[in-house]
Amino acid sequence: MKITKKLTFGILSAAALGVCASSAYAKTDLSLWYHGAGNGVEAKIINQIVSDFNNSQDDWNVSLESFPQGSYNDSVTAAALANNLPDILDVDGPVMPNWAWAGYLQPLMLDEAMLTDFLPGVKGYWDGQLYSVGLWDAAVAMVTRRSTLDDIGARVPTLEAPWSAQEFNDILAKLKATGKYDYPLDLGMAWKGEWFPYAFSPFLQSFGGDLVDRSTYATAEGKLNGDAAIAFGEWWQGLFSQGYAPGNSQDPADRDTGLLEGKYAMQWNGNWAALNTLNKFGDDTLFLPAPDFGNGSTIGAASWQFGVSAASKHPQGASAFIEFALQDKYLAAFSDGIGVIPAKYSAAALTENYKEGGAMAVFYELSKAQALVRPVTPGYIVEAKVFEKALADIADGADVADTLDSAVDEIDSDIQKNRRYGH
Amino acid sequence: MLRLDADNPRLRMTVRYLVLTLIALMFVTPLVFMMMSSLKPDQQLLADTSSMRAFLPVGDISFDNYKAAFERAPIGLFMLNSLFVTGITVALGLFVCSMAGFSFVFLNWRGKSIAFSIILATLIVPFETIAIPMLLMVSKLPWLGLDGFSWGWLNSYRVQIVPFVADGLTIFLFAQYFKDLPKELIEAARVEGCSWWQVYWRVVMPLSGPILATAAILKFLAMYNQYLWPIMVTQQEQYRPVLVGLQYFFQLNTAWGEVMAYLTIITLPVLVFYLALQRAFIASIASTGVKG
Repeated sequence: MKITKKLTFGILSAAALGVCASSAYAKTDLSLWYHGAGNGVEAKIINQIVSDFNNSQDDWNVSLESFPQGSYNDSVTAAALANNLPDILDVDGPVMPNWAWAGYLQPLMLDEAMLTDFLPGVKGYWDGQLYSVGLWDAAVAMVTRRSTLDDIGARVPTLEAPWSAQEFNDILAKLKATGKYDYPLDLGMAWKGEWFPYAFSPFLQSFGGDLVDRSTYATAEGKLNGDAAIAFGEWWQGLFSQGYAPGNSQDPADRDTGLLEGKYAMQWNGNWAALNTLNKFGDDTLFLPAPDFGNGSTIGAASWQFGVSAASKHPQGASAFIEFALQDKYLAAFSDGIGVIPAKYSAAALTENYKEGGAMAVFYELSKAQALVRPVTPGYIVEAKVFEKALADIADGADVADTLDSAVDEIDSDIQKNRRYGH
Repeated sequence: MLRLDADNPRLRMTVRYLVLTLIALMFVTPLVFMMMSSLKPDQQLLADTSSMRAFLPVGDISFDNYKAAFERAPIGLFMLNSLFVTGITVALGLFVCSMAGFSFVFLNWRGKSIAFSIILATLIVPFETIAIPMLLMVSKLPWLGLDGFSWGWLNSYRVQIVPFVADGLTIFLFAQYFKDLPKELIEAARVEGCSWWQVYWRVVMPLSGPILATAAILKFLAMYNQYLWPIMVTQQEQYRPVLVGLQYFFQLNTAWGEVMAYLTIITLPVLVFYLALQRAFIASIASTGVKG
């Protein structure tokens, strides 16, 4: 009898311990989609974050699925249609409003106070709510050599005093007159797609135009085909007709190596390509702000950011992961690993290139001072493609006013078809 | 001395070979460029593009790009996935489509003409227009597997195979080929007591080598080059095919040497498959050309 009692007590105790143990380890699974497949450095960092997060608490277990960047957006769209979205996904900043509007995303459950010292471009707001936040930003600059400018007696512009339109055009003319270069300026016309609106719409904005009227987001009329936009278009066309920049048929190989080989005197390029130039030209390298065409010097902003899918049943856990990933050490790890600009200053201070006095610190300052996010509207993905085509056509010699009018018609038609995208 | 008139057979032969050589070069040079570039470091590869060096194994030659490509992506997995999906689809497709073609040509059944017209009509419908309805359909289909009953076919091999087993072009090719087979042969087999299955399997199929090769090559290429559909239905790396894998190599600073190495690797099965079947393929094309 005694033995039976003891046995029963033992079995019950073991069962109770088993229940306790299993409940202690019963983590809720969260799925995470990330766009970095094929990039070993990026994979190592994101895997480390996931592993650290999973080990840091007992409530959630994140599993990562990486996608190649080139097909990532299509995969997400298809998954949304098939009701197969993960809990957490990353999204390109300018695309975020479209995904939020389409119902792919839900607002983050983050204390926004923790983002006060983040760069403006990494915070993804739509309809007054925070939908995404990035661990880094990207920036573009006019890349050249001090010796190149000295050669033609040009001053080195600063954030406070960028080149004026007249100054910039004179510099292009002088560089061309030297006869040393195939072209004075490489804009990166070999790169298609998002590069066009990201890199070139700041020029349009500096002229006083834009892709769409941001006060209403209901039309592009007057913004993309007004006097300022036409002035921009004529200047843009002149770059190619006067032989200042290679056009649409630029060889991608020249885009990669033209500046380094001396074919081009200046290059409009991003921070991701800066290390190659620094390695080649060392202290002679200059990263300069965009020219001011009358309405200030601006550059594009917003890169990849984390968001929570609308399908997630565990937004607290998903947001907890994102909050965990926003630690300085991870921001710095991404920066050191893939050259991106850390999302905040305290993280930049931990990095090799963006700390004060670092070789690429100027990009952090450019992002902080001049970044202007692309139009925050679901219609951006259409506006971007229309803008790209218009710029390519104008570069090929199309009539500026007619081309911009057609672009406005196309954008306005899309906005109307989609009932103003909820604006 | 070479006479410059059209009756000179040597001149005609020379011109013919010259033209054929030029045409052959047009097709071969991209492959040579790809293979040679896969052996060069990026800087040299880009520098060589503006000269004939791009087609020659000169300079700093190594297999480093291949090593790096294997480190960047699970190439073996992607190749196995593609070959498995393609192989099964081609095998099943040849069987199903040839039976369909046989049925349209030799069997009499009500609605045959309308059914054949509908199948022909599918040839003018681009896949992109039906991709989304297909996605919605396969995401809700039931399946009974080793691990029990489940709903939805996403992230599987079957979702990449089953929708493409039968296709209008292959059925049409088989039907056209079967129409030209001697009717007497079929009638004789029937008189001798063959069932329709025996006619199909023992009489018609043994005579269908050229069309089997043609259909196999066309279907192999279509399946091996699948890109849009796998992107839509495979969210897990373990099911991705080679063309989706190609995207792994396009980063902010694309490593072109690795891209070329990867392309060389994934092109090899296509070349091997074509070379193995080219004699029958050419025979089929030639016989199609002399008809009528």
